[in-house]
Amino acid sequence: MRYNWNWAILFAQEPGGTGTWLHYLLVGLVWTLATALAAWVIALAIGAAVGTLRTTTMPWVVRIGNAYVEIFRNVPLIVQMFLWFFVFPEFLPTGLGDAIKQMPPPWGSYIPAVLCLGIFTSVRVAEQVRAGIQSLPRGQRMAGTAMGLTQYQTYRYVILPQAFRIILPPLTSEFMNIIKNSSVALTIGLLELTGRARAMQELTFQVFEAFAAATVIYLLTNLVVVLGMRALEHKVRVPGLIAAGGAPQAGH
Amino acid sequence: MEGFDWNVIQRSLPYLFLEGMRFTVTLTVLAMAGGIIFGTLLAMMRLSSFKPVSLPAGAYVDLMRSIPLVLVIFWFYFLVPYIGAWITGADRPIQVGAFYSALVTFTMFEAAYYCEIMRAGIQSIPRGQVWSGYALGLNYWQTMGYVVLPQAFRNMIPVLLTQTIILFQDTSLVYVISATDFLGAAAKIANRDYRLVEMYTFAAVVYFVISFGLSYLVKRLQFKIAVIR
Repeated sequence: MRYNWNWAILFAQEPGGTGTWLHYLLVGLVWTLATALAAWVIALAIGAAVGTLRTTTMPWVVRIGNAYVEIFRNVPLIVQMFLWFFVFPEFLPTGLGDAIKQMPPPWGSYIPAVLCLGIFTSVRVAEQVRAGIQSLPRGQRMAGTAMGLTQYQTYRYVILPQAFRIILPPLTSEFMNIIKNSSVALTIGLLELTGRARAMQELTFQVFEAFAAATVIYLLTNLVVVLGMRALEHKVRVPGLIAAGGAPQAGH
Repeated sequence: MEGFDWNVIQRSLPYLFLEGMRFTVTLTVLAMAGGIIFGTLLAMMRLSSFKPVSLPAGAYVDLMRSIPLVLVIFWFYFLVPYIGAWITGADRPIQVGAFYSALVTFTMFEAAYYCEIMRAGIQSIPRGQVWSGYALGLNYWQTMGYVVLPQAFRNMIPVLLTQTIILFQDTSLVYVISATDFLGAAAKIANRDYRLVEMYTFAAVVYFVISFGLSYLVKRLQFKIAVIR
């Protein structure tokens, strides 16, 4: 059994003429981050709204919020990716559907990937936001009401500022998940980091160099995210308010 | 929506379930069993006070949790033939089917996640339990096997099952190595008959019904266990 190692391949030119293979992979990282960040904006916006609404006292709003969470939590990410890419344009008016299908690459896969990842992650953010709000002592809400604040004001000035600080650590791991999950977009043709490692492997046959390089790039990216979020946690920390350690959770 | 072809779904039901779903369920169950066993061993290693044991386990878990599952699937898809050749002493990479490659991948990958769950479970057991085990003259393996792990496992059953539902959903990613799991079977029919809308919608509904049903059962089980404790 032998495998011909050739680490120099990373500095060889790739056939597309854009530069070295390492550069090719790093462009993939840029796409990974561009997908993850755009999806993260969607996930935070919808997740914060849905998570907050699920803690209100309006039964129908809570029910709709629950249905939203259950639907997008119980379908595998890759299936959701296919739904956004193949199925969703078919349900739009013909003109709009065709326009989406004919978008030039990579936008034709980038936009469905961002929508899919954003909504998939929004459900997980919503769960964190709800858990964060419910972990606050009930007295906080009562004190808000007793001071004559409306429900909106109670959320805006009392509940949410505390809840968001509590959920910063779990949100960090959700952000790392969205970076990892963006690799599923390769199935609809987005050449992000994993997709490019796969393409490099197919063209050069240097399987392990390609995947090892991608692995190292992912590890370094994670490290940067962890350090960045730790700095953010430190910056928004309220002295004396200690965030509770999270219960063990399932994840992927 | 007009033109929705129900017939293609009906026609392909035997293939979808007898081939595809059987692959998915077998993979899920075996990877769960392997993942929990390997994950528990990893958790025991991580909790060891002996650094040469705890550090490699920690590094392995952190590595697996830092890279995308798709990349891990690719890694093992190409690595397993070489490992197989190394074990059997063959001089060229041996042929391993998509199923065994996927089984190794998911066992190794999910073990990292099961490890973190079991670690929390072991740590939730009061230290006095361990000391009383040693005081009774049990050794490490007996204390773990008869005192700590049964309690830790029981406490963590709901989380372990939730992780298994995620594993069930994640097995659909074997699509990237062209395995015929449930999604792979649906995709093959979709592309052959050009019925993408029907097949992918149906796949989504089936995954939803199974995952939703299982999470409901886990929730009920959690409620039951919580009452006993």
